[in-house]
Amino acid sequence: MVSKSKKSDYKVIGTRPIRHDGYDKVTGRAQYGADIKLPGMIYGAVLRSPHAHAKIKKIDISVAEKMKGVFAVMTAKDLPRLSDKQRGNSEESGSEKHLSENVMAMDKVLYKGHVVAAISAKDVNTAREAVKKIVVDYEVLKPVINVDQAMKKGAPILHEDFVGDHLGKKVKNTNVATFNKYTTGNTDEGFRKAHLIIEKEVELQTVHQGYIEPHNGTAIWDEDDRVKIWTSTQGSFANRDSVSKVLNLDVSRVKVTPLEIGGGFGGKIPVYLEPIAAVLSKKSRRPVQLVMSRTDVFDASGPAPGGKVIVKIGVDKDGKMLAGYADIRLEAGGYPEAFIEAAAKCVFSCYDIPAMEIEAYDVLVNKPSSAPYRAPGSPQVAFATETVVDEICRKLNMDLIDFRLLNVAEKGTRTALGPKYRKIGLKQVLEAAKKSDHWQSNLEKNPKSGKLRGRGIASGYWFNIGEKSAVNLSLNMDGTVILTEGSTDIGGSRASIAMQAAEVLGVKAESVRPSVVDTDSIGHTDVTGGSRTTYATGYAAYKAAHMLIDEITNKAAKIWDLSEDEIIYSDGVISSKTDSELRMTLREFADKNPFGPVVSSASVDLEEAAGGFGTHIVDLEIDPETGKTDVIRYTVLQDVGKAIHPAYVEGQLQGGATQGIGWALNEEYFMSDQGTMLNSSYLDYRMPIALDLPMIETILVEVPSEDHPFGVRGVGETPICPPVPAISNAVNDAIGSRILSTPIKASKILNKLKSM
Amino acid sequence: MTQNNVRKVAINTNINGQEMDILVDPYVSLLETLREVVGMTGTKEGCNDGNCGACTVNIDGRIVDSCLVLGVEAEGKNIETVEGMATPEGLHPLQQAFLEEAALQCGICTPGFLVSAKALLDNEPKPSEDRIRHWLAGNLCRCTGYDKIVKAVKKASD
Repeated sequence: MVSKSKKSDYKVIGTRPIRHDGYDKVTGRAQYGADIKLPGMIYGAVLRSPHAHAKIKKIDISVAEKMKGVFAVMTAKDLPRLSDKQRGNSEESGSEKHLSENVMAMDKVLYKGHVVAAISAKDVNTAREAVKKIVVDYEVLKPVINVDQAMKKGAPILHEDFVGDHLGKKVKNTNVATFNKYTTGNTDEGFRKAHLIIEKEVELQTVHQGYIEPHNGTAIWDEDDRVKIWTSTQGSFANRDSVSKVLNLDVSRVKVTPLEIGGGFGGKIPVYLEPIAAVLSKKSRRPVQLVMSRTDVFDASGPAPGGKVIVKIGVDKDGKMLAGYADIRLEAGGYPEAFIEAAAKCVFSCYDIPAMEIEAYDVLVNKPSSAPYRAPGSPQVAFATETVVDEICRKLNMDLIDFRLLNVAEKGTRTALGPKYRKIGLKQVLEAAKKSDHWQSNLEKNPKSGKLRGRGIASGYWFNIGEKSAVNLSLNMDGTVILTEGSTDIGGSRASIAMQAAEVLGVKAESVRPSVVDTDSIGHTDVTGGSRTTYATGYAAYKAAHMLIDEITNKAAKIWDLSEDEIIYSDGVISSKTDSELRMTLREFADKNPFGPVVSSASVDLEEAAGGFGTHIVDLEIDPETGKTDVIRYTVLQDVGKAIHPAYVEGQLQGGATQGIGWALNEEYFMSDQGTMLNSSYLDYRMPIALDLPMIETILVEVPSEDHPFGVRGVGETPICPPVPAISNAVNDAIGSRILSTPIKASKILNKLKSM
Repeated sequence: MTQNNVRKVAINTNINGQEMDILVDPYVSLLETLREVVGMTGTKEGCNDGNCGACTVNIDGRIVDSCLVLGVEAEGKNIETVEGMATPEGLHPLQQAFLEEAALQCGICTPGFLVSAKALLDNEPKPSEDRIRHWLAGNLCRCTGYDKIVKAVKKASD
């Protein structure tokens, strides 16, 4: 709606073609991770720790390995011991040692469900029976399951050999893997001058990405020491990198073929089963497949960190923000990395604040090692900040949107970690929110039903990333174009990438056929994560398409015996500048071209990515008898840069909002004192179902990115940031009191109502 | 459960209009039977405990989670899976509507939704939004927020 480029400027971008991979996905033909069957394939199962924290004293495999139908048994002794060397790319961090130990525990288990051994057998039921015959002698230790327990003096230590980094100082015997501090401006002075200071602490329970397809891995380790992996992963190259590290092989020895992926949201970046399948294959001399159960997925794959966040903001009497302070403590799980730097980047991201101080702790606890979950770190801190903002508005009696506009971050605003924003669209989003039908509508606060209604609003941010992508194009003799790329298509990116090539080439979206290929068949491509795929791989497609036009022009010039600068390529038609008789369609050219295959290959490595801001408005209704909350209206507004395929952009906004609604109202790891998740099924880990929700209204605001030829911004992650605070603020609006811990479930609301 | 000394059972069943004889272990689910014995992997496993609906199939007109039914129970039954929805003439209107409305993102839950939605339209050709949401309440989708799925079912019913 704010786009500079008029709709008519584009022929393909902004339209809604049927996605190229759609037919396979509505007919059941698409091959997901567990669907691949290889000749001679056998099945694996793993043994998992029943304890959240224990030393492994002895593993006895003697009975299991002799069982009928068992091919091989594996323990961590079958994996190379790796060093503390840090892995340094953007999606995956932490040491090689920790990477390996999270795949299979060596000396110690750090969460319930931690893998300690594995078996391959003729079928999956035999493998599952056999792992039960492995006997493990544990020395059970006391677990720490939240940030308070983990940071307490004298707490049990997860990693005795680990050295933490506290403001650059090396610290031993600590569960705080990292303590960072980020400051800009003079916060003491800001708070001293403030007319009003509001401080809130929020607490969040661990939540899971909840993708419907469980983790899986299928592998062949051949006699040439080549390891072939088939898996559903968010990044085949990141997967190859991790597998090769765990197995201590050169990357070129590992080939990863990405299968269709049944959801990921960040959780399918780490490896779990692939290296195990590879080792079992080597020992069994057969292809081996492993698939997690749903309980395994909850118990032992990376959830999003719970934790505690304190935010304090000081404003002058007009409501202008003067200073902000944040204390962020997030649970990394059994191994470091709770995305505290991302959280620090996001905590004050929506506002222009002259002075900020952020303290952030990456805390080890006896829970599964956390993985990215859609804008990792940002929803947690948005909960605190947007609660404080809501409270300030109420105290100052200011309009919730006018206050945000008064303090809005814009191009040139200095961010907490230093860099100034390039062109961003939060202001336009807030202005659109103000004008929206939802915000303009009246909410009947006290309907006849006796239910309590409230409205909430909140903003959120994700910085998005660029990174590396490669695309190959090849012109078919019928004038259509084959596009190969390495980005996992998790929600329509084959279409959004192909559409960018089609736009450049001036052909229909359907005339470009995209395929996601294996790691031997395309240049390095980073994960589908960080909301980078349509942005970066789309950029590579844009470049490759221009290079293909150069190729076409070059060959057409030869056909007509002209110089290249006499050739015009426009909308799939090649013509001569000088001779109007000389004209051929792309199809005619492709058919008659005698000068060899027409191909191009392009790559990008983008440092800059344009951040995305969103604002959500929610109306909800609370039953005072039961405490049950129903979302009755929901609107998502977001600056999406330029929507390539608007239907899938809307889908990202709706899906992200829904995950956030689940996070706010229902979802949590309900833990026992012993560190066991007590609700590790979809029945008890209650994700939103169709009956829980209204239609999710979307308003796409388009402020084109300066960093992409079509103005694309990543859109996938931002929408999970505002829902928790928007709903919390709406609950406060409905009942007149805040519940500052997720999930804001019926029992908490009921208790609050009773205590009022 | 144990597999020792358990013999496979011969089953006569009809899957997507095709009668077939298959041998199944008496302890495996219909889901496993479809995927591993018959070789039809369109029916998906999301939880294997009846909570996600990704394995939804239609047995004699009723939708069930195939992970909660034994393979041997297929004896004499008519079973419909997602693979049976399209015909040589083309896609089922629901499949077409799912594509046009962008009602899938990752697509893993899509087969289950399509089977459930088809059962709904077979029973109630013109369902309201509320009825659609009610019928699809047993199918989890983590990507879409259900909005476009509901719209697609509505479109297919028009």
